[in-house]
Amino acid sequence: MGIDWYPLWNSLRIAAISCVLVFFLGIFFAYYAAKLPRSVKGILDVILTLPMVLPPTVCGYFLLVTFGLRRPLGILLAQWGIKFVMTWYGGVLAAAVVAFPLMYRTARGAFESFDETLAYSGQTLGLSNSRIFWRIRMPACRQGILAGTVLAFARALGEYGATSMLIGYTPGKTATISTTVYQLWRTNDESGAFFWVMVNLAISAVVLLAVNMLEARQKKAVRK
Amino acid sequence: MSLIVDIKKDFGGFYLDVEFEAQNGITCLLGPSGCGKSITLKCIAGIEKPDKGHIELDGRVLYDSEKHINLPPQKRNVGYLFQNYALFPNMTVRQNILCGLHGEKDRKSRERQLEDVISMMRLGGLENHKPAQLSGGQAQRVALARILVSQPALLMLDEPFSALDGHLRDSLKIELRDMLYNFGREVLMVTHSRDEAYNMSSAIGVMDDGRLLTMKATKELFADPGSIQAARLTGCKNIAAARKISDHEVEVPEWGVTLKTAKEVNDGLSAVGLRAHYFNTGATHNRYPVVFVEEMEEPFETIIQFRFAGQDPNSAPIWWRLSKEKRPRIFPQEIGIAAVNVLLLYE
Repeated sequence: MGIDWYPLWNSLRIAAISCVLVFFLGIFFAYYAAKLPRSVKGILDVILTLPMVLPPTVCGYFLLVTFGLRRPLGILLAQWGIKFVMTWYGGVLAAAVVAFPLMYRTARGAFESFDETLAYSGQTLGLSNSRIFWRIRMPACRQGILAGTVLAFARALGEYGATSMLIGYTPGKTATISTTVYQLWRTNDESGAFFWVMVNLAISAVVLLAVNMLEARQKKAVRK
Repeated sequence: MSLIVDIKKDFGGFYLDVEFEAQNGITCLLGPSGCGKSITLKCIAGIEKPDKGHIELDGRVLYDSEKHINLPPQKRNVGYLFQNYALFPNMTVRQNILCGLHGEKDRKSRERQLEDVISMMRLGGLENHKPAQLSGGQAQRVALARILVSQPALLMLDEPFSALDGHLRDSLKIELRDMLYNFGREVLMVTHSRDEAYNMSSAIGVMDDGRLLTMKATKELFADPGSIQAARLTGCKNIAAARKISDHEVEVPEWGVTLKTAKEVNDGLSAVGLRAHYFNTGATHNRYPVVFVEEMEEPFETIIQFRFAGQDPNSAPIWWRLSKEKRPRIFPQEIGIAAVNVLLLYE
């Protein structure tokens, strides 16, 4: 029996692309939120963190309301041939929305514990602000940022609710591992579902192992 | 070569209003913690923006609220040694110092300057260490090296010794002072320690509660602090309200004495100060009967507390500090203080 590997490929591509998106967006918002006055920060924080506490299906609902093919924005985007509904890259959008708060919150925590005098001293030495950001702030916050990235990737990979609402399940087109597991289980293909569960477990184990190895290497580097 | 600072900033509950002009040499801002010394440095460096005012360094305007000039820190060419030295933890000593040389595009010249500063600051062998592996003194030298290679027009030091152990502090003070004089440009240092200020600086500005009270040559300030806060900050232990009697005589009701002064007393005198070191059992002037209260020994000195015979028994006793070998066996009946050592303090 030939196995259709498409869900694996599709899940990895959705998780990877949304993870990259979330990485930069999360850092961007975390960096600016950490600098905002307390009151504004509180409001922004609620908005940016909502997708984490809302049921993913509710996120999916909002995405459909915004990007649905009969909605203004959906119609506008469709003119350029961009459709987020029932496409694999719609899955990227769904996964990114749900995974974003994880990146944002961990990165913000890291930025907030950053010793600001390091940035000041970089400035007085004449280093440009972007150089300070990438060469001093980011390395100092790498633990938190790495943790956020891994969490976001794992969350994106496991995304089900918003994804199934927005892009549904079309074999060979929008199927991901998690929607495939549900579909196969629903259609009484227990061994098929079990197979994809094992695939998912394997990926998760690899991700976690990679994280542990990275952490161990960092600890060694610090001690050296 | 001069630094002109005239800045105001409202922090809501704390108001910074500082005005001074510093010439070549080491100038020290002396004041208790929270008085606005560090914020003043930050305003000069461009890290903090004043509400209004003017900052000028060697004729270059760094900040002017009316002309809407506010140079970013990168363009001010001002070196800032932070209290915790702010070494970049992810970089080695070498990489840290190279951050100060980023403007030097010529590779050979960069390497040469790096080597020069490493040998000058005695950092040889530490090039590949991370900041976490350095001692306090080494970290300070790396931070200074990093600043010196960037050739700032002004060097600012924020409590440079507070992160160091006591025994290290004294030897580093001498080392740093010599280096700063060799540096040959303006140095502005912030400290809360009157000893450090006295050791290091040629002029001292006394700060309290967001305000610069006075700025004078170091020795002059200690000899004649002029105000109650300045007297207290320069370590004067005995201060009491006083009023003028004649041009060379003041009355101190709290102590029940009148004191002769060497300096002419102006109107508006508010208090007098007597430094704990300057009491003398053999003095002929300002001699009064005294009552022993308490004594506290230190390793090499002793602190005796007494009251004048006519002093209010509920008022704070007078501090007398003297080296142990000079301590009289029997507590004297009378103690005096030379007229020149009566500090006249105005508001």
